Amino acid sequence: MALKTEPFMLNIGPVHPSTHGVFRMRATLDGEVIVDIEPVFGYLHRGVENLAEERTYTGIIPLTDRLDYLASMSNNLAYVLAVEKLANIKVPERAEYLRVIIAELQRIASHLIAVGAFLNDCGAFFTPFLYMFREREKIVDLFEMVSGQRLLYNYMRIGGLSQDIPPEFLPALEKFVEQMPDFIDEYDRLLAKNEILLARAKGVGILPQEMAIDICASGPVLRASGVQWDIRRADPYSIYDRFEFDIPTGNAGDCYDRYRVRIEEMRQSLRIIKQATKQIPPGEIQAEVPHLIRPPAGEAYAHIEAPKGELGFYLVSDNSIAPYRCHVRAPSLINLTALREIMVGWKIQDAIIIFGSIDITMGEVDR
Amino acid sequence: MTVSLAGPEIAKQIAERFPEIISEISDQAVVVKSKSLFEVAEYLKSSPELSCDYLNYIAATDYYDYFEIVYQLTSRKHNHSLMLKTRCYDRSQPAVPSVVSLWRGADFQEREIYDLMGITFTGHPNLKRIFLWEGFEGYPLRKDYL
Repeated sequence: MALKTEPFMLNIGPVHPSTHGVFRMRATLDGEVIVDIEPVFGYLHRGVENLAEERTYTGIIPLTDRLDYLASMSNNLAYVLAVEKLANIKVPERAEYLRVIIAELQRIASHLIAVGAFLNDCGAFFTPFLYMFREREKIVDLFEMVSGQRLLYNYMRIGGLSQDIPPEFLPALEKFVEQMPDFIDEYDRLLAKNEILLARAKGVGILPQEMAIDICASGPVLRASGVQWDIRRADPYSIYDRFEFDIPTGNAGDCYDRYRVRIEEMRQSLRIIKQATKQIPPGEIQAEVPHLIRPPAGEAYAHIEAPKGELGFYLVSDNSIAPYRCHVRAPSLINLTALREIMVGWKIQDAIIIFGSIDITMGEVDR
Repeated sequence: MTVSLAGPEIAKQIAERFPEIISEISDQAVVVKSKSLFEVAEYLKSSPELSCDYLNYIAATDYYDYFEIVYQLTSRKHNHSLMLKTRCYDRSQPAVPSVVSLWRGADFQEREIYDLMGITFTGHPNLKRIFLWEGFEGYPLRKDYL
């Protein structure tokens, strides 16, 4: 006699350690296999776009910190670039170099957490995560030197930076840049050929190239699918056209490739930092801008290659002290579009690592 | 460097194929009538000279008289980008065609606009609130929302 079965609905999250924030996946299961999944979010929705309409242009910078709170500096950068484009402000050379150094350090810090949390999801409970945090701590110390903060930095300003770097910053940075490649090699030795990681991540959650473009994925998720598209190269902002670096890509578009791309990107970021520290000129770090900025009426969109993908700000000005409209193009939200496609057909334990490999921050998804 | 195509340049390309659907041309964008939006978007994606295969973002703005929806498109092949706009003058039941069948990445973004701005995207496969809960009254990003 055939056993009667029926699909089973399971809520994963919203409060669950593997959902990296308050995120819910409504999974329909056939035994262990996922037959349908629906992402549910909005638990962290604070209405940042609406709040921004009531603040001065400078007053929005702390709000951007709270989008992707693991990469606050990158959010600051994308926002100030949009305002500078809108108001046509030229930034001093020294500030440009410092911005690049800091944005690349932030990329390393964000990727360390992404990789650490991904390995956590794979079952390597907190051991690699703590190794990653050991290095991230050094970056956070560097950021504390320049901004006084350890998570939400509020460091960049329209037309420059809030303050110049202290004298102890560059020696500490040089020491970090010297040591970091060895640490990345150490992770590679421990993990790249690790049998458990290969078994869990290789060939799992494949995002084909055409689909990656169709869902408008960006960042490591897009590049792991074999698309060589990096905004730093395709549409260089700030002074990225002055540096040499490679764009690592994957072939298969599986969880393992997404992990590998992040590891390789950390090495490339170090290359950029090395070149930038050699060329950094003395001088001003802040352009002369009025205290209350009133950009001419119009609109502007500026985007950067943030650690998680293309982060952009679309601003509309009506020549007042606050933007008429401030839209955030959040990479985490758009990368999530792929979730259903790459998860259906896999088992529930795979779903956890597929989700982990996309690397999202709920602050940015919900805004 | 991604070249931003100027409004008149895009308008020339579109006008050849679709006469009388352009309602305004600005320096950096072209505004098309909302009923023909899907056809124009399809053309921008499939035309070999433009081949805009990547949708950067969709954003909607409330200008009191009308809602404006902005589509930023990029062609990876030619490394250029363009800004397509459409407007909705009906405040009580604004609706524009959905582009999800062209770029799947529009899925969550159109739901977000529906949720916060109250614009319906006809043809969207799963149009429901995304951040706020079902039963929430009003659309908070509208300028007349209190």
